[in-house]
Amino acid sequence: MGSRKDERLITVLVADDTSTDRLILEAILRKQGHRVLSAEDGEQAVAVYSAERPDIVLLDALMPKLDGFAAARQIKTLAGEELVPILFLTSLTDADSLVKCLDAGGDDFLSKPYNPVILQAKIRSFFRMRAMQRTMLEQRDQIARHNEHFLQEQTVAKQVFDNITSGGQVDSKHLRYYLSPLAVFNGDVMVASTTPAGNLMLLLGDFTGHGLPAAIGAMPLATTFYGMVEKGFAMSDILAEINSKLKSILPVGLFCCASMVEMNFRKNTVRIWNGGLPAAYLHRNDGQVEQIKSSHLPLGVLSNKKFKSDPALISMAHGERLYLWSDGIHEARDLDGEMYGDDRLLAEFANNQQPDELFDDLLKSVKHFVGLSEKSDDLSLVELLMAPVDIADVNPDSQVVTTQSQLAEWGLTFEIKPSSFAIFDPLPLLLSVLLEVPGLRNHSGTLYTVISELYTNALEHGVLGLDSSIKDAPDGFDRYYQLRRDKTQTIQNGFVKIDLAHKMQADGGSLTIIVADSGSGFSLADYTQKNDKHYSGRGLKLVQSLCDTLEVRGDGNIVAATFCWHTDD
Amino acid sequence: MTVTSMASDDGSELTIVIKGRFDFSVHQDFRGSYETLSSKPEQFILDMTDTAYLDSSALGMLLLLRDYAGGDAAKISIKNASSDVKRILAISNFEQLFTIENNE
Repeated sequence: MGSRKDERLITVLVADDTSTDRLILEAILRKQGHRVLSAEDGEQAVAVYSAERPDIVLLDALMPKLDGFAAARQIKTLAGEELVPILFLTSLTDADSLVKCLDAGGDDFLSKPYNPVILQAKIRSFFRMRAMQRTMLEQRDQIARHNEHFLQEQTVAKQVFDNITSGGQVDSKHLRYYLSPLAVFNGDVMVASTTPAGNLMLLLGDFTGHGLPAAIGAMPLATTFYGMVEKGFAMSDILAEINSKLKSILPVGLFCCASMVEMNFRKNTVRIWNGGLPAAYLHRNDGQVEQIKSSHLPLGVLSNKKFKSDPALISMAHGERLYLWSDGIHEARDLDGEMYGDDRLLAEFANNQQPDELFDDLLKSVKHFVGLSEKSDDLSLVELLMAPVDIADVNPDSQVVTTQSQLAEWGLTFEIKPSSFAIFDPLPLLLSVLLEVPGLRNHSGTLYTVISELYTNALEHGVLGLDSSIKDAPDGFDRYYQLRRDKTQTIQNGFVKIDLAHKMQADGGSLTIIVADSGSGFSLADYTQKNDKHYSGRGLKLVQSLCDTLEVRGDGNIVAATFCWHTDD
Repeated sequence: MTVTSMASDDGSELTIVIKGRFDFSVHQDFRGSYETLSSKPEQFILDMTDTAYLDSSALGMLLLLRDYAGGDAAKISIKNASSDVKRILAISNFEQLFTIENNE
C-alpha cells in the first residue's frame, strides 16, 4: 500500500521507447512538480510499476517486447482493486486508434505533441479520481469490518438472550413451545420455571418495537422472573415487580404485552393473567375452546399503584391444554398480504381429532399459510398440558435452592424488658423478620395487626395493668396514653416475651405467635362481652378473625395464635 | 407515621391523610388534626392511600372522630384503603359506620 505521500507529489511512470519523446514528457512532468519514473519498453514498465507502484502510468502504445496494450492489462491486474489511471501516449488522431486505446484498458489518451496545460489537468484529474477511489475502498473495508463485528456481537448477544429468555430452564412434559429463531430480536420473550411448591410458572411477553431496544427489556424481565419464582413469590407479586421494573426503565411507548400462567398440577388449576396479548385458548377435553381474553394493560404502562395483578383462576382437567401466543400467529401473512387470523386458528382447533398433535398442526398450518412470504419467522407458540406430576419431574435443584434462599423453618424468642418498654417498639423488627418468608409477605398488614394487638395487650393490660375502660370516659384516650407513657418510664419489673415459630406445610406454611407477659392474666370470656360501640375492646376479636386459632393459656397471661398461609393465597 | 390534614376553602370538608402505621403513637396528631379547627367541618375524608397498617387502637380513634363529627349523623369517608386495611375495617363491621370508598 503506497504510504501517504504528499498530496501534491504525484509519481508518474512514463514508458516510451522513443527516448526524445520520453525525455520531453519527463521534463514537462518534473517541471510541474511530479516525481517521474521511466521505462523504455512494456516489460520494463510492468517491472517498474510492480516495484514502485506509481500513481499514474503513461504508456506509449507501440513498444518493443511488450506493447502498451499488453502492458496496460498486466498493470491493471497487478493493481487489483486499486485504481491506477493509464493514459496512452499516441501520435495517432483517428477515432479508431483512440478507441482502441480505451478498449485495451486505458483510461484516457494524450496526443503528441504534448500540450503541458492539458497534461497537467489530466494528471490532476486522474489523481483526484484515484484518491477518491482509494478513500472509497478504505471506507468500504471499514464498513465491512464494522459489519462483521456487529454480526459477531449480535450472535453472542443472541446466545445470551436465548439462554435467558427462551425458557430453557424447564424441561417438562407439561410444556411445549416454539419461538422462532429471530424471536428475541422481534421482542418476543418466554420464561418458565418451577416454583418451590412444584407449580409451573410461565410468562410469554411481546415487547413493542423490534431489535435491540425491544430485546433489552427482556433482560430485567427474565432476571426478575427467575429470581422471584425460585424464592417462592406469588404470581401477583412477580407481575407487580416486573411491571414496576419495566415502567422505570423503558421509555414511554415501549412496553411489554404479556401473559403469565401458573399451573398447579396438584389442584388441577391454572392461574392466568393476560395483559395485552391475544386471547389464550383453553382446549377442553370435550373439544370446546374457551378464550381467556386480555383484561389488563401491558406490563410497563401503569405505575404500580394502579397496576392490577389479579389473575383469573380456572380449573383444568387432566389432558386439557392451554395455548398462548404472541400476535405473530394471528398476523402472519401469506403472499397476498392476507392475515392468518382468529378464524383459521379456531378452525384448526375445531378440526382437531388428536389433541397431542394440535401443537404441531397449528405450527404447520401457520407455516403452510405463510408459505414463502418473508414474515415466516415471527411466531411464538406455547402449549401447557394439565397432567399429573411424576416424582422424577420435580427438579431437585430447585428444592435445594429453595431451602437456601428463603426462610422456611425457624423459631425466634424475643423478650422485652422494662427499660425498653418506653423507648422500643418491637414491631418493625419482628415484621421485617417475618417478611423474609415469601409466603408471609402477602400478609404483612394482617401480621402487623395481630402482633401489634397481642403485644399491646400484653404490655398495657398485663405488665402495666392499665384498664381499657379508662378510654370510655371523655378524653379517656388521652388519659390512657398519658398513663401508659408514665408507667412505661417508671416500671422496674416485668417482661413481654414473644415467640415466633414458622414451619412449612404441604400447601403453604404456618406461623405460631405466642405472647406471654408477667401480668396476672385475664379471662377471654369476660373480655368478649364488651359492647360494640366502645372505643376499645376490639383487639382480641380482630386477632381471632385474622388467625386460624387463638387460645389463652396459663393464668391468662399467655396468648397463642396461629396463622396459616397457602401457596395459592 | 405522619398525620396531615387539609381543609377545603370554605372549611366544610376536612381531608386527613395518614401515612405509615395507624396506631396509638399517632393518636395525638390524629385528634389534633380535627379538634384544633376553628369551625367543625361537615364532611371528613380519611385518605389511607399510604396507610400501611392499622390496629384496634386506630379503630378506637376512628370511633372517636365519628362521635366528634356527630355520631350517627357523621359524614366520614375512608378512601384508597389497601386490602389489608379494608379487611380489618370489615372484620369490625366498620363499613356500617363509615363510607369506605372503592379505590380509584
